[in-house]
Amino acid sequence: MKHLQLLLMRSVLVTVLIFVSGIALADSIRLATTTSTYNSGLLDYLLNYYAQVSDTEVQVISVGTGKALRMGENGDVDLVMTHAPSAEARFVDQGFGIEAHRVMYNDFVLVGPKEDAANVSGAQTVTDGLSLIAASNKRFISRGDDSGTHKKELQLWQHLGALPNFDGYLESGRGMGHSLQMASEMGAYAMTDRGTWLALKDKLELTLVLEGDPRLLNPYQVMLVNPKRHSHANINSAREFAQWLVSSAGQEAIGNFRINGEVLFVPSAK
Amino acid sequence: MNDLWTTCSTAIAQLLSGDPQLWGIVGVSFSVSASALLIALLPALSTGFMLAYFRFPGRWAAISVLNSLLAVPTVVVGLVLYMLLSRAGPLGDLNLLFTRPAMIIGQILLCFPLLVAMSLSAFQAADHRVLETAKTLGANPWQAFVTLLFEVRFALLAAVVTAFGRIIAEVGSAMMVGGNILHHTRNITTAIALETGKGEFVQGVALGIVLLVLALTLNVSLGWMQSHSRVLRHGT
Repeated sequence: MKHLQLLLMRSVLVTVLIFVSGIALADSIRLATTTSTYNSGLLDYLLNYYAQVSDTEVQVISVGTGKALRMGENGDVDLVMTHAPSAEARFVDQGFGIEAHRVMYNDFVLVGPKEDAANVSGAQTVTDGLSLIAASNKRFISRGDDSGTHKKELQLWQHLGALPNFDGYLESGRGMGHSLQMASEMGAYAMTDRGTWLALKDKLELTLVLEGDPRLLNPYQVMLVNPKRHSHANINSAREFAQWLVSSAGQEAIGNFRINGEVLFVPSAK
Repeated sequence: MNDLWTTCSTAIAQLLSGDPQLWGIVGVSFSVSASALLIALLPALSTGFMLAYFRFPGRWAAISVLNSLLAVPTVVVGLVLYMLLSRAGPLGDLNLLFTRPAMIIGQILLCFPLLVAMSLSAFQAADHRVLETAKTLGANPWQAFVTLLFEVRFALLAAVVTAFGRIIAEVGSAMMVGGNILHHTRNITTAIALETGKGEFVQGVALGIVLLVLALTLNVSLGWMQSHSRVLRHGT
């Protein structure tokens, strides 16, 4: 019994110590960003570089663009990096975000089952491709999560006149990686950013069916939360990181990021 | 797609190689869940004791509420806590969202009703004569409580093991209020969710193995202690 008590007390002490040591004393900022930049490995890669020039620890929360902007609006993070130009413009106009900077872009592509039963690869434009999928009532996995990719996809359907309501249209409600895996398992089509596609394609039973339409361009912006609304925000360290992203060093790092020799993001800061 | 066997064996190899990132994630899970359990334990046991031994108006209502709380999904606890702790919420000034303490609070809320319900039935099942004997021998209420705790220790241990199992395996609340931040709030379950999203099943399986081994160890040692004590009792 004595031994047990001693053991119990020790484990309590150790737990408390582990817990206390977990509370960081160093300077840190919180970045809410999209699953596409995180799941592709870009963020981890950039933060390794940033750690060499700064002591600020960047804590990454990866969610859809809609949720990331919401976190910025509520002041739960210090800066956001997202890819939904119209939502970002609203975010700045309404005074939630400041100092928006273009960081980089990649593009969206349509992927689908290898047999491509809807013959999307024969389409000239992305809207043609989508209407072929809808007309043949093939399965299409939509993110359905208010992410930048989802917003973009809905915009493209809007170009066709109406939101999709064919039986094959399914909303996963999950991140890009999960949605691609679902499409792969179900033999469905999906729209994805090229970064996540390149990072995952070896593990998927899917093939690229359409790319290159200028409407598929996918620009990323970084924005700080408005310190007038949220005085607690670590705005100086957040600005330092944002400035680094658009500096020549940051831009070079973005341009050098490759998976299997392929460039995922094109730096685009002015 | 890797086949199941290669994935599992690579996962075991990764665990055995002592991969620091992997074990760091395991450490977050343990420190968060152990802290939550330790904080919730005594208040929950006292509540269970009071509900078992005192009659007061509203007692049945309290027990019914506790029992229904057992069925609350972890994401709902996470969502409510998220709204409370957000900067836009009433407790925003505490600056707790996306930290380990937030995860701990969520897990306390999750394990408290379970501990109360299980300790309540343990106390109810205990022989009332134990308490009466203790009182006749001049024990004050606190001493009586401790005597009873010792009497039903195995049922309580089972409650602790079950509660720990529930909170270390939950993902909904940890993901919402923790935010899955590497080195800070990424625990076993949120890491599994993330890694499978990246198509990295190996790390997901490795972390799943840790959870399984843990559950097995806890339950086997609980069973061993219970049978061991029975042998002792019959022996004397």
